Amino acid sequence: MSYRLGVDVGGTFTDLLVIDEATGRTVRDKVPSTPDDPSRAVVSGARQLCEAAGIGAAEVGMFLHGTTVATNAVLEGKIARVGLIVTEGYRHILQIARSLVPGGLAAWIIWPKPQPLAPLEATIEAVERIGADGAVVRPLDEAKLRQSLETLRRERVEAVTVCLMNAYVNAAHERRVAAIVAEELPGIPVSISADILPEMQEYERALTTVANSAVRPTVSRYVGNLDRELKAWGTPAKLNLLRSDGGLMTADKSCEAPVNLLMSGPAGGVAGAVWVARNAGFPNVLTLDMGGTSTDVALIEDFQPKLRRETSVGHLTVRASSLDVKTVGAGGGSIAAVPELTGALRVGPQSAGAVPGPAAYGKGGTEPTVTDANVVLGYLPEDLLGGTFRLDREAARRAVQKIADALGIGLMEAAAGIIAIVNENMFGALRLVSVQQGYDPRDFALMPFGGAGPLHGNAMARLMGSWPVIVPVSPGVLCAYGDATTRLRVDAQRSFNRLVTDTCDAEVGAVIDEIIAQVTAELEAEGVPAADQELRVELDMRYAGQAFELPMFSPRGGPIADVVARFDAEHKRLFTFNLEVPQEIVNIRVIALGTAARVEAEEIPRGDGNPTAARVKDHQLWMDGAARDGTIYDRARLRAGDIVRGPAIVTEMDSTTLIHIGHTGEVDSFGNILIRPE
Amino acid sequence: MPARIIETNPRPFAEVAVDTVTLDIIENALRNARIEMDATLVRTAMSPGIREQGDAFPLIADAEGRMIVGQFGSFIDGFLKGWDGEIEDGDMIFLSDPYSCEGAISHANDWLVLLPVYRDGRLLAWTAMFGHQSDIGGKVAGSMPIDAASIFEEGVRIPPVKIWRRGAYNADLVKLVMHQTRKPDWCTADLNALIASCRVAARRIHEMCDRFGEDVYVSATRALLERNYRAMKALIAQAISEEPISFEDYVCDDGVGFGPYRIRCTMWREGEKVVLDFDGTDPQSAASINFYLNENMFKMFFGIYMIMVFDPQILFNDGFYPLIDVRIPEGSLLKPRFPAALSGRTHALGRIFDILGGLLGQKTPEFLNAAGFSSSPHLMYSGTDSSGRWFQLFQIGFGGIPGRPLGDGPDGHSLWPGFTNVPNEFLERYFPLRIERYEAAPDSGGAGLHRGGNGIHMTYRFLESGTVSIHDDRWFVPPWGVNGGEPGARARKVLERADGTTEVVPNKIDNLKVERGDLLHFITWGGGGWGDPLQRAPELVALEVRQGLVSVEGARRYGVVLTGDGAVDEGETQALRDRIRAQRGNQLPVFNFGPGIEVLRARALEETGLPAPRQPVWRTRNLPLAAE
Repeated sequence: MSYRLGVDVGGTFTDLLVIDEATGRTVRDKVPSTPDDPSRAVVSGARQLCEAAGIGAAEVGMFLHGTTVATNAVLEGKIARVGLIVTEGYRHILQIARSLVPGGLAAWIIWPKPQPLAPLEATIEAVERIGADGAVVRPLDEAKLRQSLETLRRERVEAVTVCLMNAYVNAAHERRVAAIVAEELPGIPVSISADILPEMQEYERALTTVANSAVRPTVSRYVGNLDRELKAWGTPAKLNLLRSDGGLMTADKSCEAPVNLLMSGPAGGVAGAVWVARNAGFPNVLTLDMGGTSTDVALIEDFQPKLRRETSVGHLTVRASSLDVKTVGAGGGSIAAVPELTGALRVGPQSAGAVPGPAAYGKGGTEPTVTDANVVLGYLPEDLLGGTFRLDREAARRAVQKIADALGIGLMEAAAGIIAIVNENMFGALRLVSVQQGYDPRDFALMPFGGAGPLHGNAMARLMGSWPVIVPVSPGVLCAYGDATTRLRVDAQRSFNRLVTDTCDAEVGAVIDEIIAQVTAELEAEGVPAADQELRVELDMRYAGQAFELPMFSPRGGPIADVVARFDAEHKRLFTFNLEVPQEIVNIRVIALGTAARVEAEEIPRGDGNPTAARVKDHQLWMDGAARDGTIYDRARLRAGDIVRGPAIVTEMDSTTLIHIGHTGEVDSFGNILIRPE
Repeated sequence: MPARIIETNPRPFAEVAVDTVTLDIIENALRNARIEMDATLVRTAMSPGIREQGDAFPLIADAEGRMIVGQFGSFIDGFLKGWDGEIEDGDMIFLSDPYSCEGAISHANDWLVLLPVYRDGRLLAWTAMFGHQSDIGGKVAGSMPIDAASIFEEGVRIPPVKIWRRGAYNADLVKLVMHQTRKPDWCTADLNALIASCRVAARRIHEMCDRFGEDVYVSATRALLERNYRAMKALIAQAISEEPISFEDYVCDDGVGFGPYRIRCTMWREGEKVVLDFDGTDPQSAASINFYLNENMFKMFFGIYMIMVFDPQILFNDGFYPLIDVRIPEGSLLKPRFPAALSGRTHALGRIFDILGGLLGQKTPEFLNAAGFSSSPHLMYSGTDSSGRWFQLFQIGFGGIPGRPLGDGPDGHSLWPGFTNVPNEFLERYFPLRIERYEAAPDSGGAGLHRGGNGIHMTYRFLESGTVSIHDDRWFVPPWGVNGGEPGARARKVLERADGTTEVVPNKIDNLKVERGDLLHFITWGGGGWGDPLQRAPELVALEVRQGLVSVEGARRYGVVLTGDGAVDEGETQALRDRIRAQRGNQLPVFNFGPGIEVLRARALEETGLPAPRQPVWRTRNLPLAAE
């Protein structure tokens, strides 16, 4: 017997899920997180869950884990002191950055420039030079380098990054520098740019590699702790971590290249959504993961989440692949305000956070939040979380009344206005991943999750025309499903930078074969036999002279002409025109994927279509400009096939689903609620 | 005769009440549409100038051409006034001649595309975008000849023409235009990118109308303009005095021996209106540094500065235009007479912002920023490589951002919105160049409690012989410091020949021949300092010495003395600070312009390696004649 254990660490709760690989049976649990050392809750929670389910430590084969350890290290500035070694003449590479001042004209007046991720006083120059063609222009001055390393020793750096000009073409100098650093500063981890990001653009390569160094000690410590605790528990389970791009990587790889973990958290949600979408049978889905302070959205097409070649955390944007998740500062805790000068209604990005939280939480908050508006409108019943927590409806009304007074409108209109604005903000993010990429949201279903998602999902679908709304079972632990159901992933790429007119199928094919050999071997070393691997080849293509590439899938051995034709079509779809210039193949990339878990969702008992058995009570709520009579249902008592007519509220432990007037929610055989217009 | 708008549906849009929420939704959606225009452009354009550096500006306007979202204010009004023709559904206008649109675009390198957005036979909106073309023909590569005596030497001049007429594309027109440029491949792609951006925005406007109805959309745009009018009215009454105040600054030279050119602006309030009068500005130049300043564009600059300096929460649009009155003397540097050359207008354009900052902050020094909005330094490098292929580079450089109330000015950043540098590895891969050095120039930022940003020291090694053009300024008159801060260092260009000789080259020069192996040190200006440098923490100064941003000698300008190992020598520092205080007194000037024009002239050769420019003079006539 073999089990997969998926664990997702959130700010408040750690979600755990065990899947029986043979039967698909799942057991799940939720335990409080332990922010001082998240690995404690992870392993003790896992033990507890397995013991309760009668699963022995020896039976757990894989331990799959999404973590925000790297993300939080960046957000909270708890990063390593990184020493940076650059080519002579480039000492201020991180200070000058790309010279960009964000914002409009005169925004420089109010822009606080972030400090370089590797301090300038710990940045040293190596006398050396590689040309753009890879030739050595000036040899590395090793004696001088050994001398300069004294500066890094004195600055007490905890990790070192090497990023030299044109190392993406020839990494010889970087490797030699790394070897010398290892001799001179033993025990300090060294990352080189040619390993982390072998791509043109020195600033992005340097920054990405520095980011890797910056989170490396934290991630290594964390992974080390986890590994030790797992051993102590006595399980042979292989530890794998969820990468920002939704693939899994081994514990060892995670310690070497943790920059790939920066968006591990949100990736879990999207990966979970893919799994639910598969079971429910909807290949095209927009996800809406709405929490307290922010909302993450993503697009899934044909069961594949969209990838982007960047990862952003706070101020930091690095070149590491991640699922194309857009985050908007809109959540349940977002504060509504009416600025005096303009008299406009604004919602967020300021948030009441966990403390003091929305006024309705009764923890001293007085600012009107989105949650308060939901309470005022009756969308959030007074008792949350299975009755352990009561909402203060009066406090919510007092808070929202401030907005009503400022705008000179009624309380209910103000509350509805707050909801409309926050929905619009989320719509803005959803447009970025859909319309702006050439997708019509009406071709997609919408899957809301996270604490607040199911409350807003129906309204969002009305805005976007995305039907049905799929409210998954346990919307709060979707990430753990994602962790447990994705696959191992290894990728590698080369800069190619050649016009299609200057190359041929054989030349491209040879490079592809070379990369395939590399990634296949790597994945084999991680225990996936070559026969079980799935390979994907991608060519980054653009019209010669453009700055941005489109990643194009290319079947192995297929002619380039086919890819070129698809590129032209894709360019036209996105940008409305084609150009009469040759296409350039910029990068060639191969992705090797391990086998997927064969995890089926569990079916729930079938009912007769009538949800009355799950009815909790009648309840009044405000919708579409008037007070309406609705019903509250208990999700745990709904049966497959039940049809819930709006206006209705479906409650469960960690979430509340709102079904609008004129809409119905149908419970499918797995317990998902599918909301559609009547 | 102004443009005639043809509408087949005579029914006007109804004025309807728009609730606050809908208004905010439309405002957000418009803002998103604008962002989408930028994204479409940079993803599809081809010239590094637009693609990497973002030298392009989008606009969404109402049917009358008033900007609802955008950056530089509306250029549509100027076009509509100047164009004798009809506008119909399915048309798209293309133009580049500044004299045909009252300077709404200010040199012929900027190609402007205007799309009237029709719905059911009625003109609903305009979307527009202009972008800087790397080459439009003319006498030098890059098409910005410094010594051009008239606009006829500056490449192709496109009057307003219909690139699309009632849905039909005019391919011959585009062929004719592309025939004039040295880089038809870039220009074709960039023009397509401009068109695609306008179409994307038009699509979004239609979607808003599908969702809310045309009447609501139109009423909402009016309400947004009105909202801005109200906010700015309150701000003007608060911040602008009825007593006139003046400020002046200079463009260093015109590249043909004259300078510095003074730009002077006087500001006062009359009732609810602000008057901005450029009386006292120097005459137009016989060369190309003239800046045909569109009044509306200047209103927008003024508005944005007001908002950024005093209340950054306000969304800006054209709503406040009636509150501003701009007066520019004919025949001056800012309103040159046809056919004056205009291509080198970037320096005066940049200087306008320093003048605005100086004007607005004068009465409220706590809001005052130092100077440094110099210009955008340009480098052009072109030639035929050893394999016979033509190469041509147009690159914009950056300098030091001024010291600000908020803190230090960033080193080597852009004051223009959205501009980024071109990665050096990209330059090296696609051009015969090696960038040997790309660093902040230490000590170039003016000393201050908040240091001015350092300029950039960029060293190009040319790997093929070719021709270079340089356009830079702030080499003669330094960027001023404020509230006790010192001026920033001036720009400088040094050519180090492969044979070992070194020469200082002018900051405005065309046709500079370079050979394989030559090095060009392209050093930009630093921003002015903000506040008393003696109040800067000595430990911070010491840290910046370790960071290579300030030198040991430069630290003394802050009254900071370091020990041999780089630590602060507290005793010596105290002593030096006391000495400086005793010498200079306690009353520090609000503005520190440096030693003044006459002293700068006298010392020019010694300090800059270049002769001082001569005083420009007003001439009554004898401009080259041409029929308009």
